[in-house]
Amino acid sequence: MSAANSNSPAGVEMLRVTGLHAFYGESHILHGLDFVVNRGEVVTLLGRNGAGRTTTLRAMLGLTGKRSGSIMVNGRETIAMPTHDIAHLGIGYCPEERGIFASLTAEENLLLPPQVASGGMSIEEIYTMFPNLQERRASPGMRLSGGEQQMLAIARILRTGAKLLLLDEISEGLAPVIVQTLGRMVRQLKQRGYTIIMVEQNFRFAAPLADRHYVIEHGRIVETVPMNELQGKMDRLHELLGV
Amino acid sequence: MFELLGITPQALYSQLLVGLINGSFYALLSLGLAVIFGMLNIINFTHGAQYMLGAFLAWIGLTQLGPWLGSPDFSLNYWAALIVVPLLVGALGIVIERTMLRHLYKLDHLYGLLLTFGIALIIEGLFRQWHGSSGKSYDIPEVLRGAINLGFMYLPKYRAWVIVASLTVCFATWFVIERTKLGSYLRAGTENPRLVQAFGINVPLMITLTYGFGVALAGFAGVLAAPIFTVSPQMGADLIIVVFAVVVIGGMGSILGSIVTGLALGLVEGLTKVFYPEASAVVVFVIMSIVLLVRPAGLFGREK
Ligand SMILES: Nc1ncnc2c1ncn2[C@@H]1O[C@H](COP(=O)(O)OP(=O)(O)O)[C@@H](O)[C@H]1O
Ligand SMILES: [Mg+2]
Repeated sequence: MSAANSNSPAGVEMLRVTGLHAFYGESHILHGLDFVVNRGEVVTLLGRNGAGRTTTLRAMLGLTGKRSGSIMVNGRETIAMPTHDIAHLGIGYCPEERGIFASLTAEENLLLPPQVASGGMSIEEIYTMFPNLQERRASPGMRLSGGEQQMLAIARILRTGAKLLLLDEISEGLAPVIVQTLGRMVRQLKQRGYTIIMVEQNFRFAAPLADRHYVIEHGRIVETVPMNELQGKMDRLHELLGV
Repeated sequence: MFELLGITPQALYSQLLVGLINGSFYALLSLGLAVIFGMLNIINFTHGAQYMLGAFLAWIGLTQLGPWLGSPDFSLNYWAALIVVPLLVGALGIVIERTMLRHLYKLDHLYGLLLTFGIALIIEGLFRQWHGSSGKSYDIPEVLRGAINLGFMYLPKYRAWVIVASLTVCFATWFVIERTKLGSYLRAGTENPRLVQAFGINVPLMITLTYGFGVALAGFAGVLAAPIFTVSPQMGADLIIVVFAVVVIGGMGSILGSIVTGLALGLVEGLTKVFYPEASAVVVFVIMSIVLLVRPAGLFGREK
């Protein structure tokens, strides 16, 4: 059947997307996506700008217009669920534009998302992981630097107990040191058992972190590359991503 | 100095008091509009009718309810009305939001404005049909009759109560919105409701409750107003025009802005009545025009 199924590795299935179509108004953006993510895996959604990677994450949360197909989260069908119920299946979303609330302080931003599962990080753990945020806790969201906003956008979903993280271009527009820090953080989260879907433009950042890469083009998955096949498929990836 | 201008200090104080009273109502009503606009993106033109409804329900509770129920001695007194009536007006607001407003969020602002304007006309029309245009009077509750001697003037107790009650409610609302967790949901929801919902918060429910609360504030203002203004079907329409000007001056959607601007404009109006009475009816609109020219987003509004 689909590329996703033939490549799905052994493990406990966390997410299964089948035949996903999504629209913004009249524009048909996703044309039948299929992919699978198992518990504890890190996978990337790669593709050129406008391929439909952000739309894929948004469609999983019911943030696009009309959707069809199937999105199973931990064995539960979510395609017809309202957005606020989907989060409570244990999903944390870090949007591409970061979505820091300007009228809330850094700490209010951190505390905003409600708990969706047990076992989230405590405030102390989060401040140990991101010391900058502790210093800036009283600053309004709009005063934070780009790097601080990105840390905050990730930190606030770690507090909620979500075990499936949707991270959209977290390395975008950040200084190399910060990108390195984020890379270390993703490894740390993987060790702790989080399941992570990363949308990335920065292939060099994503390549060493992920168990599997899905390449999206025009709203379809056109290539699936498990880590162990990465070397052999390098040329194909370069061609698809134009890097 | 006052004598030079031909004004007695008594006249000044009493107009300042009237200004403060009006300002309290402007503050309460524009606060409700600001809260609703922030979350629903709808300019609630029904607000004046909901304020009138508050006053009328208080009057009905005091004078009509007993006979209706067949026990003429029963009445809903002022203090009970202060709690029950806002709840009723808020509940009616929730019905309006659930059945009508909800379908308009995806459309232009203008549709919400037209719908709420239409609902206002219907509510006011119904009351004119039932009760005519003549005003009803509502007795001041026993304990708040009379006046306090401040030395330089007599302060009617009920007026003092109106100022204290409305400022307390305004401050409490501000505090909840700006300083509590619940308020942080509201502020975040005002900025980016889709993301707040993606975090697992039931935003549609929040919108419904916000509308109910904003409208309940109008109902509360109506009960406060019943003993000092005549209770009549058009009482809201007269007041709400000025309140909209207040909202424009303060900046659409700003919580603190609506409170401060409401009070300040009441006082400005009062002062104008003392120094140049001919202008007192238009001064708010003159200020509105100037603010629109100089700072279109309003004094406390953020430029988008
Ligand atoms: N809100 C929207 N309304 C209409 N079209 C959109 C919207 N957001 C994205 N698109 C379109 O959907 C396509 C996929 O966009 P997106 O998922 O953001 O791509 P990517 O994240 O891969 O760069 C693009 O053609 C884009 O123009
Ligand atoms: Mg994108």
